[in-house]
Amino acid sequence: MTVLSLTIFLPLAAALGLCAAPRLGDRAAGWAWIAACAADLALTVALWIGHGNGTGVSHETNLRWIPSVRAGYHVGVDGLSLPLLALTALLFLACAVCSLGRAKRARAFAALFLALQTVCLGLFAALDLLLFFVFFDLSIVGMYFVIAGWGHGDRTRSALKFFLYTFLGSLVLLLGFIGLYLGAEPHTFDMAELIRTPPLSGSPGTAALVLLAVGIGLAVKTPAVPFHTWLPPAHTDAPAAGSAILAGVLLKMGPYGLVRIAMPMLPDAWRRYAWLVIVIGVAGVLYGALVAFAQENLKRLVAYTSVNHMGYVVLALGAAGAGGEEAARRLAVTGAVTQLVSHGLVTGALFLLAGVLYDRTGAYDMGRFGGIAGVAPVFSGLLTAAAFASLGLPGLSGFIAEFQIFTGVIGSGGGGTAVAGALAVAGVLITTALFLRLLQRTLLGPPGELTPRMTDMRRPELAAVAPLLVSSLVIGIAPRFLLDTIEPVSAAVVRLVDR
Amino acid sequence: MTALLLPALPIAVGMVLIVAGFFPGRRLDRVAPGLAVTAALGTLVLAVAAAWTRPSARFPLFGGLPAGLAVDGSSAALVVTVAAVSLAVLVFAAGEFAAGEARARFFGLMLVFTGAMLVTVTATGLAVLLMGWEVMGAMSYALIGFWWRDPGRVRAAGVSFLTTRAGDLGLYLAAGAALAGTGSLELSALAGADEPWRDLVAAGVVLASLGKSAQLPFSFWLSRAMAGPSPVSALLHSATMVAAGAYLLLRLQPLLHATGWAAPLVAWSGALTALLLGAVALAQRDLKQLLAASTCAQIGFMVLAAGTGTVAGGAAHLVAHAAVKSLLFLCAGAWLTALGTKALDELHGAARRYRLVGVTFAVGALALAGVPPLSLWATKGAVLAAARDTPALYVVGLAAGLLSAGYAARALVAVWRPADAATRDDTERQGTRRVRSQAPLPVLAVAAATLGALVLPPLAGPWRRLLGDTTATGPNATELTVSGALALAVLALTWFSARCSGTVRAPFALHWFRLEQVAVLLVARPVWALACALARFDDRVIDGGVRAAAAGGRLASAFAARRIEPGIDGLVNATGGTARRLGALARRPQTGQVHLYYAQAAVLFAVLVLIVLVAG
Repeated sequence: MTVLSLTIFLPLAAALGLCAAPRLGDRAAGWAWIAACAADLALTVALWIGHGNGTGVSHETNLRWIPSVRAGYHVGVDGLSLPLLALTALLFLACAVCSLGRAKRARAFAALFLALQTVCLGLFAALDLLLFFVFFDLSIVGMYFVIAGWGHGDRTRSALKFFLYTFLGSLVLLLGFIGLYLGAEPHTFDMAELIRTPPLSGSPGTAALVLLAVGIGLAVKTPAVPFHTWLPPAHTDAPAAGSAILAGVLLKMGPYGLVRIAMPMLPDAWRRYAWLVIVIGVAGVLYGALVAFAQENLKRLVAYTSVNHMGYVVLALGAAGAGGEEAARRLAVTGAVTQLVSHGLVTGALFLLAGVLYDRTGAYDMGRFGGIAGVAPVFSGLLTAAAFASLGLPGLSGFIAEFQIFTGVIGSGGGGTAVAGALAVAGVLITTALFLRLLQRTLLGPPGELTPRMTDMRRPELAAVAPLLVSSLVIGIAPRFLLDTIEPVSAAVVRLVDR
Repeated sequence: MTALLLPALPIAVGMVLIVAGFFPGRRLDRVAPGLAVTAALGTLVLAVAAAWTRPSARFPLFGGLPAGLAVDGSSAALVVTVAAVSLAVLVFAAGEFAAGEARARFFGLMLVFTGAMLVTVTATGLAVLLMGWEVMGAMSYALIGFWWRDPGRVRAAGVSFLTTRAGDLGLYLAAGAALAGTGSLELSALAGADEPWRDLVAAGVVLASLGKSAQLPFSFWLSRAMAGPSPVSALLHSATMVAAGAYLLLRLQPLLHATGWAAPLVAWSGALTALLLGAVALAQRDLKQLLAASTCAQIGFMVLAAGTGTVAGGAAHLVAHAAVKSLLFLCAGAWLTALGTKALDELHGAARRYRLVGVTFAVGALALAGVPPLSLWATKGAVLAAARDTPALYVVGLAAGLLSAGYAARALVAVWRPADAATRDDTERQGTRRVRSQAPLPVLAVAAATLGALVLPPLAGPWRRLLGDTTATGPNATELTVSGALALAVLALTWFSARCSGTVRAPFALHWFRLEQVAVLLVARPVWALACALARFDDRVIDGGVRAAAAGGRLASAFAARRIEPGIDGLVNATGGTARRLGALARRPQTGQVHLYYAQAAVLFAVLVLIVLVAG
């Protein structure tokens, strides 16, 4: 068993262990969960250090699985997957810490999250389409149970909507994967082989259809406008930890798939339809920001800012296929990957903080709050920091991501990309306005109706949220450790798209 | 190393104070002022050392693009100014806050703000510049909204931040265009960018600078920014924040001139802002609002200098104005704290009650008026001298100068005339009746009086060399004499007219030409309406489509269950029924009686024989 496989399956083993110990009390289950997550985070850090800043794939394992369709248990890590593996491990640890002593049926909750962690880690390490798809689908199943079992409000309905919508998306994705399999000579699901010799290079029509299927499947998960309406209800009714994982990890699977699968395996089609991708990206940026601006419910607001932030990622990936200066497009792709990490950290923190608010007051309506800074200063400080990180303030990770995306998109030298970049920049201003409105209505001003019920952060909550924001600060001030890992991959992706 | 340490020191200390300010007990509140002043002193020492040694630091930031911090000639002048003004303001602020206030947060924000300004002025590329630039904006938000329980102040903070950030978008565009046009983000390379990227870079830089410097049409945010504590105004609206825009334009003056259109545009926006906001200042009835409008107007002269290419004149005006305006804001703040008011007529006699404040305020106001031999008289002369080639520009600038004499004189008269029926205390808040930490005032007053020497012989030559300004022509004696005489005349006129009449009535100018209302009407409202409409669209149409698809699925299944399924099932049942009936029919002959079977066999055999015969 390699270190990578150990990293992937350690949480699952811990989950099985928890299931096998029915006598375990809630408190002990919580600590066991934290211990498993901490060990897993340490393993991802070890993987990262072991990988260094190289270009290729490391920690590779390739075992026979279903040889009849040439699908294998093929896993490995590179500069694209490592930051996301570390993000996953960190966010799951934060959720474990935050839920300590708070979750109902704590043992089952912990086991479910640990199983979900294995699924997420496995997806980011998968180098085989079928393996990727299995993890992709299992993530939907796991999140369904999180929302339906531990959510609040209209949770069964939201969970069902989430499940059916994203499951439908994954079926379309499967069609696309089958298309890739059939297009490859010889037929294979192995990603490395599919990247080495892109399938369907001779038949642009089929390639376009396959890209459409893969694109729709991943766009639902991202979510890209107009496939995003499952997200707000899922977030609103999910428990805080579930929202944090949904936004922080599950949404990343969409753009990750675009960079890992769609761009290098269908380079011709990606270049041909780059403009469509750019338009979808810009639409996501502006539409997501504007709709978020008008929200009254704190969690819905944050959910729509995810649409906005993922829009920047889609825009950057589209621009990478639109031609022009190569260095600028590399910058855009690096920015997109950085945005995945940054959004995971910041939005994860925002959802955990929203969970604290709900835990005390049972509401998310911003209009019923005000002046929380007076009763919960630490909470207010953290929420302010997270809001400024999300609106792209320099010194925090969001700026590092968005500056690279804007500069890369505009700097690639085309007139159209310059216009698209300029439009996307306007999204920053709307995001600023909506977060200032959020702070003004909840934290500042005179106390509101529900403000007296609010109390400040408990120790576990602080211990969960602070590391996420500190990581955002570290990336914002000294981003090189992250960028050094990502840049070789973005250079490779741009090269592969240009083939 | 010094280049990095210079901004890092205030930022690090400031971060510690901010974080400590949020935690229960706020144990650092007591020591925060002392710690902050020490850090500011350390920053000043570093700034002076940096101005002497000219350090620089290069580091990789994004991709292969180099980034860095460096103290060159023009930033040397700025870092010392910024550090000195910040020290003076922090010393003054140490005595400003009551025991219960969140001093750790306040001083922390001020230090981070100062550090961000130092990053802005020492950055060698657009990325690092933008980082300092935006952090400064966010800190200004937190400082203006420092008294966060008051919704009006929070709104004011939001308006300021949003307005300046709207301008900041220009720098994002400029960075992208710079990468396309030069392949790097270095400031020194911008003027040589390829067409049409150079125009885009210039447009972005001009937009960002006009926004940050509160030039027309963005001026209104400075009025709202007055909602913050007075030391905030003294720091933000003298040497930092608003000065950053002017500094950037002065620094990128080669770029402006390379485009052909940007330089005249900038020159005219500066000149018009100086003129129109001078009129706004003249119409104000509130001392801080008057000073705010005059800040816009004076920054207008610096922007004009950037447009006409006199870097030395513009920078001298910037440095001298920093001293003058921080002094005036601190004096206004001292009276506000002591007397509880900042309305001009209620302040009648204030200068006589607090003499040191009154005398130093007088020095600052006379300098602002352009009275010889005080600083702004000379620096404004240097700026206008460069506008000589365009007579219209020169005339507008000169008229703006006269207005500045007018509003400075109004403020001076208001505070120095004896207390009368209009004098009132504590109309805005409860005054403390004492002024603490007056030490910075005389120091700033001396600077405000003498810094004009930078543009006069014998210092003019070295100053120009420091800034690398080879083209500037100095002001000649005639111009200086005329402008000085005019300022004195306006001063005297205002003095006498104020004794007779009183306030200036110009409601349009009093409300800053209603620029904020226009911005709300043209930008904020439509965006909000669009957001609400899109939210409804998202709910009804997009999600409605999803819901409709789901409902369609349910309908189809109901239809299948009620209509199709019974039919198919009926068919199956009918088939089964038929089979059953056939079976029943087939069971009929199975009677179990042997004689009947024989009879049946006989009949069958007869039929068979018949068939064979017929067929045969």
